[in-house]
Amino acid sequence: MITLQEGLDKPLMPETSDNIIIAVNRLDFFYGKFQALIDVNLEVERNRITALIGPSGCGKSTFLRCLNRMNDLIDSSRAAGSIKIDGEEVLSPKIDLVNLRKKVGMVFQRPNPFPLSIFENIAFGLRVHRLAQREKLEEIVHRSLEAVLLWDTLKDRLQRNALTLTLEQQQRLCIARLVAVQPEVLLMDEPCSALDPVSTQRIEELMQMLKRDYTILIVTHNMQQAARVSDFTGFFLLGKLIEFDVTGKVFTAPSNKKTEEYITGRYG
Amino acid sequence: MMDHNRMIDQDMAELKDLILKMGVMVQGLIHKSVEALKNQDNKLAQEVVEEDEKVDQLQLEVDEKSIQLIALRQPEASDLRFITTGMRIANDLERIGDLSEDIAQRAIDLSGQPLLKPLIDIPQMAKLSQNALSLVLDAFVKRDAATAHQVWEIERQIDDLRDRVSDELLEIMTKDAATVSRAFPLVLVSRHLERICDHATNIAEDIVYMVEGKVVKHGGRGEN
Repeated sequence: MITLQEGLDKPLMPETSDNIIIAVNRLDFFYGKFQALIDVNLEVERNRITALIGPSGCGKSTFLRCLNRMNDLIDSSRAAGSIKIDGEEVLSPKIDLVNLRKKVGMVFQRPNPFPLSIFENIAFGLRVHRLAQREKLEEIVHRSLEAVLLWDTLKDRLQRNALTLTLEQQQRLCIARLVAVQPEVLLMDEPCSALDPVSTQRIEELMQMLKRDYTILIVTHNMQQAARVSDFTGFFLLGKLIEFDVTGKVFTAPSNKKTEEYITGRYG
Repeated sequence: MMDHNRMIDQDMAELKDLILKMGVMVQGLIHKSVEALKNQDNKLAQEVVEEDEKVDQLQLEVDEKSIQLIALRQPEASDLRFITTGMRIANDLERIGDLSEDIAQRAIDLSGQPLLKPLIDIPQMAKLSQNALSLVLDAFVKRDAATAHQVWEIERQIDDLRDRVSDELLEIMTKDAATVSRAFPLVLVSRHLERICDHATNIAEDIVYMVEGKVVKHGGRGEN
């Protein structure tokens, strides 16, 4: 169990290490004839928060969805190159997608709990993956809600419909749902864009805590959010990864002029 | 629910520690430089020159940390004032370090020649400067704007002492031109010490801005 304070010890400039969990090499991605990602190369460190920023349509969400093959759901989409997570090739046709998505979970812009009870929302994934005996379910639901700081508030209301929760609680529940199946990577696509500033702040704090146990990639339009929460930042533009570096460097002295223009609001 | 500000608070506490470390180091440099002069101790003077480099290094660290904090934590209001003030304080402390080094250089210049007379006013000026610096460092830690008035009072005393030292040395030099090489460095030292106190005053004024958001620099003291 992590403590609150431990989760808040993000250094301004993280030490880089060789602890790579995701290695992306020469990744191209197409929607039909349109190339959405062009020769993306990137290494993601374990237990760090990596933010992906860039203007709309630059490919950052497409990139995120490549990591757990969510793009497969779109007809005529095609990827080339290599994405290795823990050394395993994600783009291989042989990969077990159910397992991949258990290992690499995703949180979306709008919280999307199932129209079921709070308890069932978390138990659902465990049942799909046959991860827990019936008697263990309660324990895992407890632990997962605790990890997203919802347990104390909701412990007496576990049978209530999840859709009655506030948006922030719903988003936390969606994160708890992922945490329950013990993923390694959490992908977050604009996880705070439907939330008010106070809820956003709380989700950001939660991310700081969660990174002790998980590797987090977040796509955000909010550059200040990227600066606040992340250890590393990647800037995408027109399908290319223009710059990738420690966040402290990207937001104080970016190497690329295009990054500078985007960060200072001079782009376009 | 934890408070978001704890992230920025932790970083600001580190920034504060860096500035205090600089302050304590610089206080030591003022003391050592005047001791070196008084006791004609070249070794001690050399120590001051070397230690000033560490102060310079700390100032770079303060700048780096402050810029990172502004870029990554988006401080507002009192947090923002704390960080920008911290940068200015570090700048003043770095200048005090340089001036202490200048005093140490004068001590080296004067070595090998007997002092014109036992030094009394100059060590007194050094003591007052150190007091002023202690006051402002304490005020910085406690976020206490009231200290500024005490520092302004010390500044007046130091200005008077500098005038007295200069007049006295000028008289000696006028009477006997052969004393110039031994007297003039002391005139410079009194000037260095007066400048050191000016920097302490700047810090005091910055602290008023940091705590109250009021500008008291450049005639804005509202006193007299």
